[in-house]
Formats: sequence, C-alpha cells, structure tokens
Amino acid sequence: MATTPDLNIDRDSGNFRYDTTYEFDAGVGLNEQTIDYICDVKGEDDWVRDFRKRALEVFWKKPNPTHWASKQLDEIDFDKIRYYLSKGQRPTRSWDEVPPEVKETFERLGIPEKERAYLAGVEAQFDSEASYSNMKEELSKQGVIFVGSTEGLKEHPEIFRKWFGKVIPIGDNKYSALNSAVFSGGSFIYVPPGVKLKQPLQAYFRINAENFGQFERTLIIADEGAELTYMEGCTAPKFETNTLHSAVVELVALKGAKIQYITVQNWSSNVFNLVTKRGLAMEDAEVKWIDCNIGSKLTMKYPGVVMRGEGARGEVVSIALAHDGQHQDTGAKMVHAANNTASNIVSKSISIGQGRSTYRGVVSMPKHLKNCKNNTECDALLINTNSRTDTYPAITVRGQNNTTQHEASVSKVSAEQIFYMMQRGLSEGEAMSLAVNGFVNDLIREFPMEYSVELKRLIDLEMEGSVG
Amino acid sequence: MSQLEIKNLNVSVAGNHILKNFSLTVPKGEVHAIMGPNGTGKSTLAKALAGHEDYEIASGEVLLDGQSIVGEEPDAISRAGLFLAFQYPSEIQGVSIANFIRAALNARLDEGEKLNAPAFYKELYEKMDSLKIPRTFTSRSVNDGFSGGEKKRCEILQMAMLKPSYAIMDETDSGLDIDALQIVAEGVNAMRGPDLGMLVITHYQRLLNYIVPDKVHVMYDGQIVKTGGPELAHELEAKGYDWVKELAPVAT
Repeated sequence: MATTPDLNIDRDSGNFRYDTTYEFDAGVGLNEQTIDYICDVKGEDDWVRDFRKRALEVFWKKPNPTHWASKQLDEIDFDKIRYYLSKGQRPTRSWDEVPPEVKETFERLGIPEKERAYLAGVEAQFDSEASYSNMKEELSKQGVIFVGSTEGLKEHPEIFRKWFGKVIPIGDNKYSALNSAVFSGGSFIYVPPGVKLKQPLQAYFRINAENFGQFERTLIIADEGAELTYMEGCTAPKFETNTLHSAVVELVALKGAKIQYITVQNWSSNVFNLVTKRGLAMEDAEVKWIDCNIGSKLTMKYPGVVMRGEGARGEVVSIALAHDGQHQDTGAKMVHAANNTASNIVSKSISIGQGRSTYRGVVSMPKHLKNCKNNTECDALLINTNSRTDTYPAITVRGQNNTTQHEASVSKVSAEQIFYMMQRGLSEGEAMSLAVNGFVNDLIREFPMEYSVELKRLIDLEMEGSVG
Repeated sequence: MSQLEIKNLNVSVAGNHILKNFSLTVPKGEVHAIMGPNGTGKSTLAKALAGHEDYEIASGEVLLDGQSIVGEEPDAISRAGLFLAFQYPSEIQGVSIANFIRAALNARLDEGEKLNAPAFYKELYEKMDSLKIPRTFTSRSVNDGFSGGEKKRCEILQMAMLKPSYAIMDETDSGLDIDALQIVAEGVNAMRGPDLGMLVITHYQRLLNYIVPDKVHVMYDGQIVKTGGPELAHELEAKGYDWVKELAPVAT
C-alpha cells in the first residue's frame, strides 16, 4: 500500500448530507426503521427504499445455508449488529491498546506511519483529500464515472439502475439480500466505450467514515471495448469491531470490454466475511477476478462469471491462507451461457496449524451450447498435521465439443524438503517460507507489484508464526 | 584442528541401532571413501552428521574443526561448514535454482550484508557451464522434473557455490551413466584442495576411478572394519563384500 494511496479518491465527501436534527440513531438490530433511517440520511429515491425493504423481507425468510456451509454462521447474532455507522460513530482506541503483533505487522510490511493510525483503529478516518483531486480530474476528462453507491444511484440512475441488482438479484442468497437491504459505500464505476484505463482504480482509503466495508455495494460497468482494473483491500490487518461484513460486487463487461477486479482481504480474525461477487461477460468480453484471502474468521466467497455472449471469457485466480481459528471457504462459479466461451480457475490454498481451507467450484455448460472450454486447477498445501482442506467441485458438462479439465492436488511440505533446505543453511522458518512462497509464486505474479511484494512479506510473517 | 572427527558415534533410527561406536577422521585436503554393502549404515552416517532429526545420536562425538556439532540444528551444521550431497535430492516447486542458492548464501551473511548480484550470477554461470548445466536452468524449480544426472549435477553446483569446509557425498554415483559420472567427478575434483575435506560414500568402486581417494574405509554392520589406500577399492571389486563380513567384530 505504500505507493498506491496517491491514486485514491473520495467519492462521498461533500455530497454526503447528514441531517443533525435527526435524533433517531440506527443503533443495533435490524428492522424497517433501520432501512428508513438509512434512506432518510442518504436522501434516497423511493425506488431504492422499496428495493431495500423488499430485500429485508427476503433476508428474514431465508435461513442460514448451514446444510452445506459452515455451522459457524449460526454464531452471527443479527440483533447485536450495527447496520449503519455514520461519521464519528466509529470506535477508536489509543495507540497503547493496539496489540503488539499488529504494530509489528505494520513494521514488517512497511506500512507508512500516517496509514497505521487509521488501520489500527486509533483514528476514525484517513484523510486522503490532497491526493484524490488529480485523479478525479483525469478520469472525468475521459468521461469515467467513479462515485460511491449513494451518489451513483442518485446522480446517475440512467447508467446504473439498469444493471443494479440484475447481476446479483436480491434473492440470490441470504447475504446478498442483507446487503441489498442495508448497503452503504462501495464504488459505482462507469467507463465509456473504447476507454482503456491505464492506471488501476483504487478503493482502499476513504475519507467518509461510513465506509467501513461492512455492507459495501459495488457496481462496475465497462461499456463496449472499455478496459479497467479495480483494486480493493490491503495486506495490512485492519482494526474492526464489526463482526459481519457482507459485500456485493456486480460487474458488467459489455461487448469486447475487459474488467479485472483485484481483492486482497486481511480482516481481523473476529470478522465473518460473506461476499457475493459476479460478473457478466458479453460477446468477446472478459471478466477476471484476482482474489487473495488471508484474514477473517470465516470467509465465504465464490467469484463468478456468467459468459453471456459468444467468445466471452471468465477467469478466477485465488489464493487463500487459513491459520488457526480461520476458515477460508472460497471457490468460483463459471456459468457458460453462450457458444465458444472459455473459463479458467486457478485456486491455491494454504492451511496452517488448525486452519481450514475449502474449495467449492461450479462449472456449468448446458447441452445446447458448443465449443466451450473450462480449465480448473485447485491445489492445497497443508503445513501441519492438524490443518484441513476440502474440495467440492460441481461440474456439469453437456452439449457438443465442450471440454472441461479439473486437476486437484493436496500436498504437504515434507520433512525431507525442509531438511534438504536446512542442510543448505536455511533456518526452519526460512525453509517453510521458501516452500510456501514457491507454492503460490506463479499466482502472486498476477497481482500488481505493490501488492505482490507485500503479499510475500505477509506470507513470510504468517509462516513464522507456524514454525516452532 | 582442521579435520572432521567422528569419535565412537552410536546412532539409532526408528529404534534400530545402526552405527556402532563408529570412528573416523577426515582431515582437510583429503578425500576419504566409504564403501560397504547395502543396509550397513552408510546413509545413516551421512544423515546423522547433517543433523537429521530422525537419526538419534545416543553417544559419541563429532567435531568439525574442533567444534562439536552433535545435537545442533541442520542449518547451524551447514553454516559451520558441512555440505551433504544427497542421494535423493528433494524437489522444491516454485523455487528457482538461482533463488535457492542465493537464499542459502544470504543465510550465511551477517545482518545487513548483501550479496553482490552481478558477481553471484557470474560465478553461477561459470560453475553451471563447467558442469554442463544449461544456463536456462537458473529459473527452473530446484530438481523439479530433473533426470537423475541433472539432480546430481545440481548438487555439485550447490556445493561449488556454497564452498563448504567438509563435504559428504552420499552415493552420488547411483543412477548415473558414464558421461554424467565424468562430469560430476570433474566438478568434484576441481574443488579438491587444502581447504576441503571430503567423504565419498559409494557402493561401487567405479566412481573412485575418477575421484581417486586418499583413503578407503570399508563399513560393515555400522562400523569401519578395514582401512586402506585406493587399492582396497579394487580388492573389494574383485572379491565382493562377503569377504568383508568375516572381518567384522562378532555382534554382542
């Protein structure tokens, strides 16, 4: 994160209106009044209010999917959660209260001083005011729209309403319904036809304190022939008292467009991170998800691509690291809905100590389609004997000339490999790091350089904790 | 004190007592060969000296230039100057040969010191050329998909780059054809000198035609039963190992 904050942009500051005469505080718990509060505070149009209320109904009706997902979901107490936090409501703590491991991580990852206070929960917001104006100017010259969800729906409904809630409908799952009811923050982006953005768009820092990433809603539309890369998250651990994060990300790549969406997630270990991400790829378009999950208590995330137009391409590259007390439940969904479409999934997971990694992959090629291809590779690395990994592929291939290839492997860093490396003078920790970095090496190279350097350091840090 | 001294070493693995009061001294500047039938403890010796945790040293001493290495971690023993050329080198996916050797060299530097990259690559390429390892191998994962000959040459490459004081070669000749054998032997001979003591463990005499030892020791049932010059190897070749069994002390 050291080099990228300069590209940051605040989208809501200045547009956000907070009516201070409003005495009702959204508080904890979720009901229709919470929805009304959020809509009133944001000044939303009626159709958005209706959308949210319908979503709330669906959310209450759907049970937790514990028949296939982790029973830990039942630990979430919906009545105790704060669904909307405004400026100044974010809890802060003194620098003395920040755990030493967190401070050390900042040090080891080389996080700049001014960012540390925000990440550690010592300061309520990070002020990137000075840095964003250049970028904003550049983008508006090209006709790019890059705003928050509130502004997107209010100021540009003619662009966004068309696709909002269409890639991921309210009823897709319990948590997309929840997000649809209480979403706030996130990025709404539109790139005009033929515009190919050279610099990645960054979501990371925000001035507005309401955007804690709790229920972010992102919608990115790349018009015909447009290209962009979007990055969110950071390798540094972030102070969070909110235990539930449920984001929804919808991507639409129109004919010939390309969207690349990069996420690095390192939420603190008390967080349930339940995310629904899906992209629509039209004719000759591409949607690529590059995902790295290192933090949280339980992450459930299955980035998907629906290849709706001929020649469309979907790709998911995923790295997950599960340490003690963590469960990374990730995977991908590739839905082929046109001829001559291709999808690729590469997933590598590392389970350390009592950590648990799960891969769930769906690949679907119905019988009326032809010449579709899928390639899936999922590799798991177990570091200790208590680590656990599961793989649940669900592949349906029908039709003519459709092919799919699925390779899975589970390996351990063997004692013999470690001995071999130690015999060359590497300590046990250094040997482990080298082996683990080797395992994810080709995937880390998919990330932009700033991330890949930090990711390697973060993996080294995690490995240190696992040895001895 | 420029020698590797092994004194009355007793080593067990999985509860089996393999090395029995094993003693041997290898001075710097000399090449000693150890020969013996299978199962007699040759590899056990190599692994135990390198500090492998499965090999329990019950008693005895190992002094490397006067410093005891018994009970030390494998990486500490390595940094003290011991190199083991493995019989079955491990594969390490995703870690290139160049990065691996560089990491090993960096592990020996002091805090704050850094490796000179151009000098490193110059030396690496020189040594690869002399071992007939194509330069493209620098970016290949260590031993991943390598043939037997390539793996063994990679061991010698690492040895040449790490410059140990004492090198143990554990059946380096196993699985090699004549050409590979010659290349390996040339590489090893190029390193011979007053600063290196070598222990060559082999089952067959053939390697010793190329790497001519100063002394030959014959091992049987966890001990050295006979020591001689290079001609001892020829005698073994001619007579076989049964002859040696009669020399072994009666088991107690």
